[in-house]
Amino acid sequence: MSAPYLADGLPIPLATELDRPFWDGLRQERLLLQRCRACHRFQWGPEWICHRCQNFDLAYIEVPPEGRIYSYQRVWHPVHPALRTQGPYLIALIEIPHADNVRMVGNLLGDPRQAVAIGAEVEGVFEQHAEAEPPFALLQWQLV
Amino acid sequence: MSQRTLRGRSAVIGIGETTYYKRGESPHAEFKLALEAVVKACEDAGIAPRDIDGFASFSNDRSDPSQLAAALGCRELRYANMQWGGGGGGGSAAIGNAAMAIACGSAECVVVFRALAQGQHWRFGLGPQANGVSGNAAHTVPYGLMSPAQMFAMKVMRFMHEHGVRQEALRAIALASYHHAQSNPRAVMYGRPLDEARYDASRWITEPFHLYDCCLENDGAAAMILVSAERAKDFKHEPCYVLAAVAGSQYRAGAGVHNTPDYASASFKTVAPRLYAMAGMGPSDVDVLQCYENFSGGVLMSIVEHGFCTPAECNDYFTLDNLTAPDGDLPLNTSGGNLAECYMHGLGLNIEAVRQVRGTSTAQVPRVEVSMVASGPMVTPVSSCIFGSEATI
Ligand SMILES: [Zn+2]
Repeated sequence: MSAPYLADGLPIPLATELDRPFWDGLRQERLLLQRCRACHRFQWGPEWICHRCQNFDLAYIEVPPEGRIYSYQRVWHPVHPALRTQGPYLIALIEIPHADNVRMVGNLLGDPRQAVAIGAEVEGVFEQHAEAEPPFALLQWQLV
Repeated sequence: MSQRTLRGRSAVIGIGETTYYKRGESPHAEFKLALEAVVKACEDAGIAPRDIDGFASFSNDRSDPSQLAAALGCRELRYANMQWGGGGGGGSAAIGNAAMAIACGSAECVVVFRALAQGQHWRFGLGPQANGVSGNAAHTVPYGLMSPAQMFAMKVMRFMHEHGVRQEALRAIALASYHHAQSNPRAVMYGRPLDEARYDASRWITEPFHLYDCCLENDGAAAMILVSAERAKDFKHEPCYVLAAVAGSQYRAGAGVHNTPDYASASFKTVAPRLYAMAGMGPSDVDVLQCYENFSGGVLMSIVEHGFCTPAECNDYFTLDNLTAPDGDLPLNTSGGNLAECYMHGLGLNIEAVRQVRGTSTAQVPRVEVSMVASGPMVTPVSSCIFGSEATI
């Protein structure tokens, strides 16, 4: 397993009743996103109700971890002590075509100083943090 | 039944500000700063603090209205209002809330205020320090997305990408604020001019924001006093009338994890039309604009969404010449604003807008009749207001 993209010590994600299937899915290297059982449309971030038809019956459905870059930023100024020696890093906003173009936040792997093209195709990379307490996984992205 | 509008129903009769300090340098407690700003606004108006009967603020101000009223000896408290929403999006909304209370007869004399001592409380520019995060934050913070600059940078990046906007357009906004601050002795950046080379050489905070694209962090307080239009002529200064004040945001602006449908937006697309409809005017009537700068890119999108130029025109419209008093097409942030005067969560911008109507700005635009403020781009809800001189009534 390769090293995590960002230095250790950032706040770790804690699952809640609302998004536990998503976090469990990442641990199993599967991308599960929220979809309404009534209108069959995806939504993200996780919500308690379908924002289109106000149905409360929502499911987590597996989708291929594929997307394209909708926007990005290259962060230079660290705002957390864990990132003080990190250097620049890339945060990308990824559209997921297989899930009604919902957007997810992740890091764009590779050289943090690379030129980034909005619209570029990317694929998901599951980043396991098995030693964390509790263990978790993040979904990162790399150019196809 | 009269028309449902705030236009011309109330006016600002007093403005007050403390000294503006760098973050952590206020010698006074935050609550004392609030009191000082209110007392100064009363002196400016020529009223006694005990005559205030209403308080309106925003962004979870910590100075409690009941305690303020007790300390100021207010005879009666009739109105205590807090605008929901974080950031500076509530600045003009708080004025609207005060104007509504007055127009409806719920209160007679309302002070709009904001007091902020980041040195004594939580600092906005810092990420969360907890070991774990849940909810929407769990889907952003572990990827190193946690500060306000980081929350908004990708909106601006997307807007610049969609419309071919160059970095020079953002630079012009920063230069205009610093240019105006050089004639304003109250400004924290007074005596510290900025030029193109210095902007270009400055470090990135997060692309597309250089250091100078980001607001300051300050301690201080600001206040303004509103009464009904009927009473407004009985005080020391020419009344500055509220012509319109509206708040809001578009469809699902608050969607989680960067999923708002209209992403590359300052959130003013539904607000601006209602603002102009209430004021009975359009962008071409506006003589001077104060536009909340959390980050320069938000100013750019705010100005587009208020109809001053189209996205395609940004590279030509956003120039230092065009944005500076007295001769620019759209003199912008004439006190130095949040970038170079002080970050008082934007209420300083509303106070500067009143000064422009009075003719007492340190970067005065000639013959101002219509003076506008846009508060808090890219958050939700945002708000805008338009002030007018006697001639607009
Ligand atoms: Zn549905």
